[in-house]
Amino acid sequence: MTALQTVCLIAVAVAGTATVLTRDPLRQALSSGVLGVALAVLFLAFGAPDVALSQIVVAGVAVPVMVLLALAKIRTDDRRSEE
Amino acid sequence: MSARARLVLGLAALAGLGAMLLWAVGGLPDFGHPRGPYADLAPKIMLDERHVTNTVTGVTFDLRGFDTLGEELILFVAALGATVLLRAQRGEREAQEAAAAEERRATGTADSLRALGAALVGPVLLLGAYIVVHGALTPGGGFQGGVILAGALLLVYAAGQVAAVQRVRPVSLVEVADAVGAASYALVALAGLVFGVAAMDNVLPLGTTGSLLSGGTVPVLSVAVGVEVTAAITLILSELVDQMMLRARD
Amino acid sequence: MLAYAVAVWLLLVGIYGVISSRHLVHLVLCLGVMQSSTYVLLLAVGWRTGGQAPIFVDIPASAPVVDPVVQALTLTDVVVEATVVAVLLALTVQAHKRFGTCDPDQLGALRG
Repeated sequence: MTALQTVCLIAVAVAGTATVLTRDPLRQALSSGVLGVALAVLFLAFGAPDVALSQIVVAGVAVPVMVLLALAKIRTDDRRSEE
Repeated sequence: MSARARLVLGLAALAGLGAMLLWAVGGLPDFGHPRGPYADLAPKIMLDERHVTNTVTGVTFDLRGFDTLGEELILFVAALGATVLLRAQRGEREAQEAAAAEERRATGTADSLRALGAALVGPVLLLGAYIVVHGALTPGGGFQGGVILAGALLLVYAAGQVAAVQRVRPVSLVEVADAVGAASYALVALAGLVFGVAAMDNVLPLGTTGSLLSGGTVPVLSVAVGVEVTAAITLILSELVDQMMLRARD
Repeated sequence: MLAYAVAVWLLLVGIYGVISSRHLVHLVLCLGVMQSSTYVLLLAVGWRTGGQAPIFVDIPASAPVVDPVVQALTLTDVVVEATVVAVLLALTVQAHKRFGTCDPDQLGALRG
């Protein structure tokens, strides 16, 4: 186990815990992005560039956008029902 | 049961699960020494027999191509499910009015942001296409390139060119592309039967290692998956964006 | 061994997040943490000490490489589970529209 792998594993564990403990969904979308990037570096350290490419693109582009769009929709619905 | 009691019960169960899982992973082969014949055989088969240098893509689309067919269909069904859940009952004219209102609102965003978004669409499309086509040679393949291409379409929306996005929806190009991608994968898988060997067999000429057309069916399947992934993710994102746009119109 | 322990930890933390969640979107992202635990476990199983990435463009054909089969499994997994997250978010949006709340404890109780 190389030193880089150890550091990445610890970073992933910390980021995962932080994502779960963040209660507000908007902030959690950011922590989840950090977890995604930490996972991508971990995958590179494990010799898996294809998986790392997939992970960067999905966890950096697709998932945060979907979460933010869903949250925006929920917020506009809330605002409309208050009127 | 109160929330407190549920939490205590949950933590107790998790402690038990954690203990059993740690016992289970203790029985795995030592870290750093993968057991199993495929770890050694797969690179050899891919390089010598199929002339594919990216072993992972070769395994995805050739040795375990049947799994990939199933996973691609999961993507297809998920896009279908999201569409069914989110597609509001709306007419064509309403959608166009919503798009026009969104464009008027979008002119309020910073010019530099819109210019950057518009300028990056071309290079990102090219990058996505490159990664899809070179799947058999260098890290990449249909899945990664497909998501990058979907990201390029998202840039078009971010640059405020909503009318351009309108032109490829609804019922339209994106859904047809999704179906075409999924169907062509299945058809190439069945092509084996046409040629008289097992289904999902690698029946196209194998080419020389390192050239773009090496690997037989692997680049073809990679392109099919790329088209399908792009279309599925664009469909999901455009349904979510639509929901937001229709709300903002009122 | 640390890699396996981190995978188990992520799974447990994710399940705890799902149990104690108060917002449906929070629940979906905790599910994402559980998914990442499987990726870590799969790749840790395939790691070979001293091995390189299984791409033979510029390394000789006899160099030791890590296991490519688990990488193929993880790769499709990553993209597919993102779309599963998308379907769950669509369900969340519909549930909010229907019940007016995003709290899992209060779903199904309100009517109109």
